[in-house]
Amino acid sequence: MNGIWRDRRSAVGIVLLAAVLATALAAPLVTVGEGGVPADVVATRFLAPLSQDVHGSFHLLGTDRIGRDVWARLVYGGRISLAVGFLSVTISVGLGLLIGGLAGWWRGWPSLGLTALTDFALALPRVVVLLLLAALWRPSTPLVILFLGMTGWMPVARLVQGEVRVLSVRPFVEGARASGARPMRVLWRHVLPNALTPVFVTAALGVGNAMLMEAGLSFFGLGVQPPTPSWGSMIASGRDTLVNAPWVAAAPGVMLAVVVVSCTLVGDGLRDAIGRRQNAIS
Amino acid sequence: MRTLVHRALTGIAVVTGVLTLTFLLLHAAPGDPAELLLGPSATADQIAAGRHTLGLDRPLATQYVEWLGRFVRGRWGTSIVTGRPVKAMLGAAWPATVRLTLLSLLLSYGLGLVIGAVQAARAGSRLDTTISVVSVSLVALPGFWLGLMLVGVFTYLLRVLPAFGSAGFDADFLGPWGRFLDSARHLALPLATLTVIGLGAAARFVRGSVLDVLEQPFVVTARAKGLSGTRVLVGHALRNAATPVVTLLGLSLPALFSGAVFIEGVFAWPGVGRVLVEAVQARDYPVVMAATAISAVLVVLGNLLADLLAVAVDPRLRARDAAA
Repeated sequence: MNGIWRDRRSAVGIVLLAAVLATALAAPLVTVGEGGVPADVVATRFLAPLSQDVHGSFHLLGTDRIGRDVWARLVYGGRISLAVGFLSVTISVGLGLLIGGLAGWWRGWPSLGLTALTDFALALPRVVVLLLLAALWRPSTPLVILFLGMTGWMPVARLVQGEVRVLSVRPFVEGARASGARPMRVLWRHVLPNALTPVFVTAALGVGNAMLMEAGLSFFGLGVQPPTPSWGSMIASGRDTLVNAPWVAAAPGVMLAVVVVSCTLVGDGLRDAIGRRQNAIS
Repeated sequence: MRTLVHRALTGIAVVTGVLTLTFLLLHAAPGDPAELLLGPSATADQIAAGRHTLGLDRPLATQYVEWLGRFVRGRWGTSIVTGRPVKAMLGAAWPATVRLTLLSLLLSYGLGLVIGAVQAARAGSRLDTTISVVSVSLVALPGFWLGLMLVGVFTYLLRVLPAFGSAGFDADFLGPWGRFLDSARHLALPLATLTVIGLGAAARFVRGSVLDVLEQPFVVTARAKGLSGTRVLVGHALRNAATPVVTLLGLSLPALFSGAVFIEGVFAWPGVGRVLVEAVQARDYPVVMAATAISAVLVVLGNLLADLLAVAVDPRLRARDAAA
């Protein structure tokens, strides 16, 4: 884990990601109000960035069609978007560890069945499945997290399966078995923890991906539902006012790009760090 | 040949799986298709009659087999919202999607090949670093957002390109040249959006695979023979880097199609993606099911195409296949 700081790219990624996370967590400290609809909508709507309204409050990123402060909504929306990204990837990693772990651990037809399931799920177009699910169940934030998690586990499963296959013939696993530990315990306590490192790379990239998906779904009204702000739904609400208030749609898109770039940088740095460590061992 | 048959069978399995999944999800979801079809004013008797006519009161397995039979024979029913035959709606839509995605694929990989090769040839230079930063950022851009921003600049600010549709209202009255120009202008923004998003990934990947090849002994030999840097790069390195790139091309098709779904929605491009998004928003089940199936077929065909291409660019794969 030390190598990751030596890599300038991943250091930049971690710092950016930490800054965005800290801002979202400290939302009440860095914004005035929660980005709700003000009492006097007509006087505060469509204010340009860096302007002051009639009541003297300052709007860093201006206001939208109904006078809501874009900066406040960006910060509070960040909480939702980041939560969707991280929680859905947590579900994906959990499912991937379970399915990939068992597929790599077991032999014979259960393993073949799980591998076939993974291959099949991997071949499905994710957006199409997500749209299908959104059509059938009324979309909401928890459902979006669940759906994204359920459609993102396959790369993790594939990775874990390969790692477990390789690890399960190593001497320390044999030792654990010989000492009488039950197979599931050996898998859980000895094999899976050693298979985790490459999973972090996939997870880092997965967070960015999941956030982009959430934004796309919310943009079409099939994800996080208004008035709850998420970066995707904010872009959707800024779509109609693109001509006279482009900042409403521009700001959340820029934030999304910053977070996804950070995730990519962290993932890339992590991958190189693992590569370096493995080179050093061999 | 054997792998190809294997791939084709896998493809059929995937499409059947998608159909089954769609069917099961549809029946697991809350809300009854008969209720949806008849609207909120229907009485309980009317809904019961509707359920009987639609066959919803029969065992699930029977329904599934009958539905699959109808579906395979192309009897996809009519749209709940528009009343139009689903087949006609999608028949008009899929060529538009194929046109948009294939053109964008060609453009992004054509440009990506050049950019990635230049980067690999100058690896570690300031130019390489700058391009790398730009391509990482491009990959991270939300496609629909980029589309919206391009509309803001080129439609609203500069007033040079149309923001939606695939043809102008007056397209039918134009001559052949005018019609071509009109459709090119309509294609410009959605194509640019999709291409820019794909370009970053393509350039990143080409750079990586060319760098891998440049370390191979035969490249050192070519250099030692006194060939120029460009000849080594184009004649030796790029040719050998082609296989992983073509493989990625196939792998990126599902992603490209996914991106196209959202981008078609933004630009009202009359393709499968837009039909799908609008049907999902209106809960138009027959259209959703058929569009899902068509999307799966397009993705599977794309993967097959990539396999064929990979064999075409790499004679070693043919030899291995013949030996197997």
